[in-house]
Amino acid sequence: MSRLAERFRQRRASGGSALVTYLIAGDPEPSVTVDSMLALAGSGADVIELGIPFSDPEAEGPDIQAGCERALAHRVRLRDVIDMVAEFRRHDSSTAVVLMGYLNSIEAMGAQQFADAAAGAGVDGLIMVNLPPEEAEELRSELAARDMDLVFLLAPTTTDERARRVLEQASGFVYYVSLKGTTGAGHLDLDAVESRFGELRQMTELPIAVGFGIRDAVAARRVAGFADGVVVGSALVRKMGELAATPEAIPAAAAALARDLREAMDAA
Amino acid sequence: MSQDETAVMTAAPSSDGAMVSFIDYNFPDERGHFGRFGGRFVAETLTHALEELERVYRSLLADPDFQREFDRDLAEYVGRPSPLYFAERMTRELGGARVYLKREDLNHTGAHKVNNTIGQALLAKHMGKRRIIAETGAGQHGVASATVAARLGMECVVYMGAEDVERQSLNVYRMKLLGARVVPVESGSRTLKDALNEAMRDWVTNVDDTHYIIGTVAGPHPYPVLVRDFQSVIGRETREQCLAAEGRLPDVLVACVGGGSNALGLFHPFIRDEGVRMVGVEAGGEGIATGRHAAPLCAGVPGVLHGNRTYLMEDEDGQIVATHSISAGLDYPGVGPEHAFLKDIGRAEYTAVTDEQALRAFHHLTRTEGIMPALETSHAIAWVMEHAPQMERDRIIVVNLSGRGDKDILTVARHDGIDL
Repeated sequence: MSRLAERFRQRRASGGSALVTYLIAGDPEPSVTVDSMLALAGSGADVIELGIPFSDPEAEGPDIQAGCERALAHRVRLRDVIDMVAEFRRHDSSTAVVLMGYLNSIEAMGAQQFADAAAGAGVDGLIMVNLPPEEAEELRSELAARDMDLVFLLAPTTTDERARRVLEQASGFVYYVSLKGTTGAGHLDLDAVESRFGELRQMTELPIAVGFGIRDAVAARRVAGFADGVVVGSALVRKMGELAATPEAIPAAAAALARDLREAMDAA
Repeated sequence: MSQDETAVMTAAPSSDGAMVSFIDYNFPDERGHFGRFGGRFVAETLTHALEELERVYRSLLADPDFQREFDRDLAEYVGRPSPLYFAERMTRELGGARVYLKREDLNHTGAHKVNNTIGQALLAKHMGKRRIIAETGAGQHGVASATVAARLGMECVVYMGAEDVERQSLNVYRMKLLGARVVPVESGSRTLKDALNEAMRDWVTNVDDTHYIIGTVAGPHPYPVLVRDFQSVIGRETREQCLAAEGRLPDVLVACVGGGSNALGLFHPFIRDEGVRMVGVEAGGEGIATGRHAAPLCAGVPGVLHGNRTYLMEDEDGQIVATHSISAGLDYPGVGPEHAFLKDIGRAEYTAVTDEQALRAFHHLTRTEGIMPALETSHAIAWVMEHAPQMERDRIIVVNLSGRGDKDILTVARHDGIDL
């Protein structure tokens, strides 16, 4: 069983929900990324989404845009991102790591070269914000051939008919985008999310994680009450921005945030 | 290009090896692909809106009432058909091919952009949207969007790179007078690409009640198709007007290419006419060799940005690089996917001229014909100035005079060292 499936299975078996945390590789500087990943993993994160910094992150809110710019100021390349995962894997073999970003980063490297390098480094899956399943066949098969999952997203605007089509191609887990908007937006309607989650639950056996706009432990606790996974991204990235002048403090701050979320979710 | 070369191109191999006959040119496919280009690469939240837009557009294409409404607006509100003007003095001075100007600068709002915004505003109305958003570079598309929004009583928000807000201040004020809210975009390079990013973010947030009027033949499917179709009135009129004036089709069509909507509007109705040469002129900025330009077809690589696969200006790691052009409307690192395809199959050719050449062309046309072109358009004029003298006197060039230059007067003055 893949690491992704295993982590979700473990949490589900104990009646819990997986904590999925997002940070951007190289934000605010490359030296803190692996330590931050280890801190998150040691404080209750089951899955780490490692963002591939991109110059034009069109689906992101201001926090993650700023994080991408901080990372790109250090010229962090996709090759560096993959190296960070390899370094993380030297210390942690059980936490799932998923790369997340935009298709152009992968295309510039080449799907096959990317898949080889990512598999070699211990990457478990890939989330492409701007790659719908209709356009994804080549990349999906390159990843599948190396036991990596291409994770698809469903949105509040996704119809049932389309959701079924997407789910036929999905693997690893399904990422339900909990609001119409960009990452970190402030208008989350948790009742609507729970209701839609219930409908999607009937359509797939795959774990469904919920993300976008879950900004604090209170919201995380509420979502953990029904979802298989809770994704927290912008809140962590914002914290990294605040601590950019004192990067040595970032891993501990990341750990504290993950611990708070984990405790809240375990109390759900 | 000689007739022989043209004949060879009629069955050119496309990038994926398939043979393409221009006689049967019929692109994109049902998923919006022009060969390997185009497509729909967007966040899942937008997929439904794009499917709806495509469905409504297809149904309205076949609806005679919609076509009548569109044609009436173009005639009575935009002022179409725009003239095909024989530039007699310019032709004489250049001493070669006969130069005709397709006068899109005479449209209401002063550029070709309004052809598309009229069409998309009708679409928005049919879809029951109450809010319009747009991105703009030079401000021409922003003005054209604000104009149709004012006419339909819709709310309008225009995203514009902060750098462009500074260099196109006249158009910014025009948009405000029309009741639009202009949002300066401070992220990234603070130009057109960043305005597009921000418009996409708005749309993903307000997708229920908002229609996004993309201003060029780029973006996710179906935008490249519907913008092309709305702009194709340019080429259809040119065809009829040239036949009436000269009894035959033009030898060369020339247009500037940023995203490429004025060029494709002129080219598209001629794609199957194999004897008609098509030249797209990109922004060469300070020169292709300097890297300070905005010419992805001349010096870019295929990639995915803003919903489609096309030629892009990017670095080895796929990061979009900063572009440069004196004309804000061409200052964009990508280009419409159909142009990428036309380049690959050899049906159109693409070249670039520098800021300096464009400025010289601006002054030349103003002085010889009393027509002040937009700096974008001046790039196409610059190509004509270089190539018309080398062509036989019975050859016919049609240039798309895509916009007027009033908005650029401050830029030109500054460049000439004049403080207005």
